[in-house]
Amino acid sequence: MRYNALSILKQGLTGNKGWTPVWREPDPKPEYDIVIIGGGGHGLATAYYLSNKFGIRNIAVVEKGWIGSGNVGRNTTLIRSNYLLEGNQPFYELSMKLWEGLEQDFNYNAMVSQRGILNLYHSDSQRDAYARRGNAMHLTGSGGVLLDEAQIREKCPYLDYDNARFPIKGALWQPRGGSVRHDAVAWGFARGADMQGVDILQNCEATGFQIEDGTCKGVETSRGLIRAKKIAVCVAGSSGRVMSMAGMRLPIESHVLQAFVSEGLKPVLPGVITFGAGHFYVSQSDKGGLVFGGDIDGYNTYAQRGNLPVVEDVTEGGMALMPMIGRARLLRMWGGLMDMSMDGSPFIDRTHIDGLYFNGGWCYGGFKATPASGFCYAHLLANDAPHPVATKLRLDRFRRGAPIDEKGAGPQPNLH
Amino acid sequence: MIINHPLLGPRDAAEFVYLGDANLINRPEGLGDNAEDAMYDHVYLRDNPAGIHRELWYHEQGDRSWLVVTRNTLTHEVTSVELARDVARSMGRSR
Repeated sequence: MRYNALSILKQGLTGNKGWTPVWREPDPKPEYDIVIIGGGGHGLATAYYLSNKFGIRNIAVVEKGWIGSGNVGRNTTLIRSNYLLEGNQPFYELSMKLWEGLEQDFNYNAMVSQRGILNLYHSDSQRDAYARRGNAMHLTGSGGVLLDEAQIREKCPYLDYDNARFPIKGALWQPRGGSVRHDAVAWGFARGADMQGVDILQNCEATGFQIEDGTCKGVETSRGLIRAKKIAVCVAGSSGRVMSMAGMRLPIESHVLQAFVSEGLKPVLPGVITFGAGHFYVSQSDKGGLVFGGDIDGYNTYAQRGNLPVVEDVTEGGMALMPMIGRARLLRMWGGLMDMSMDGSPFIDRTHIDGLYFNGGWCYGGFKATPASGFCYAHLLANDAPHPVATKLRLDRFRRGAPIDEKGAGPQPNLH
Repeated sequence: MIINHPLLGPRDAAEFVYLGDANLINRPEGLGDNAEDAMYDHVYLRDNPAGIHRELWYHEQGDRSWLVVTRNTLTHEVTSVELARDVARSMGRSR
């Protein structure tokens, strides 16, 4: 069923009895062309683009829980394309362009809201760095405006501009940045893939790979063996766990990132604001809650929950940036698992095992990448060649001395 | 998390800086036959287990000792804490 104004009207007049489930719940077939492991945003986007843009429809997505139960339901929903380096920026700009056309493309309301992102700067050197980043953004047509203090005061009069230690001097503004309704992204991609015949297999955990003579022939699951010509792993957060079943060690550590949401407030934030003197970023959801976060906890974990020192650090950042946040009560907080890679950048690549492909290492930037990650992974799976904007996101880049290290922090995952 | 320091007793994990897998203390020989592969493996690849993990913590806001902490990455439970120096010596190193 296509969604449009007419169908809402019709359903409204007939008691809303005609709405049907938006994806089927099929049983696994014994064999597919491609099996995607991981029914999160990226896995479902991959299935969507494979079936809708690359003409491959004999696909299954296996998911150990329910779709969207991992990071696509646990993030802070921000989208932006304000990176610096050549290996990243064109990729994230592709993602932004896909976000901009996504709802029309998959006929689902994902509430893409481009209210802009403000990256505040507090010193001369930081302004120079943002000017450079803004120039890098212009190379890909991503837009980027350097604002001075007066211009920000107009947008956000409540920030602590005259903070003695970290006065706000200006910001790099990307008007196209914003937020998206994260669950709807998973549901929209799932629906679009299902409509093309993709089997979405929930409660179907991958438990092993069938590898013969260096070729991956299938995946063992809790619902039986499923054979496939290509197996595409897409389980960021659990990449280490899944790839160890294929005997692979990765340039990745799993860490936890905590996020927070306040009680619902009237509209107060114009878009996304990031603090330049500490790690703190905040936006306002459509329900009115202030959604914010900061640093990862910094130690290996698969626990999906963090500890109190980081809660203190994040809230201190919030208080330093916008003291009024102290009047809002915290409603919820949670943790999600991050594939922290050795340079802070992701991987979309084949592995040394034929037929086994890997997508992961998204650190805490995976949500904004969802459509481009799916598109580029689908391109790789369909053509066995990387998409032009993802040619540098390779697993062997450290061996070649070609990391994509936005922060220049070196091979220390908890610093990215 | 509380880390039970072998010399100082129970300390808050916030006093420490986390480095990573305890295997990082076994730096490979830089001039050996297989040095390039071994160094790549040492610097970039990780086991990243879900469960028991031995890892290096540095007591920066304390006595500045390096510790090998054995911790469960699924529950955050710390099961043993040793001085990294003792661990290295027990493997036959001079320091």
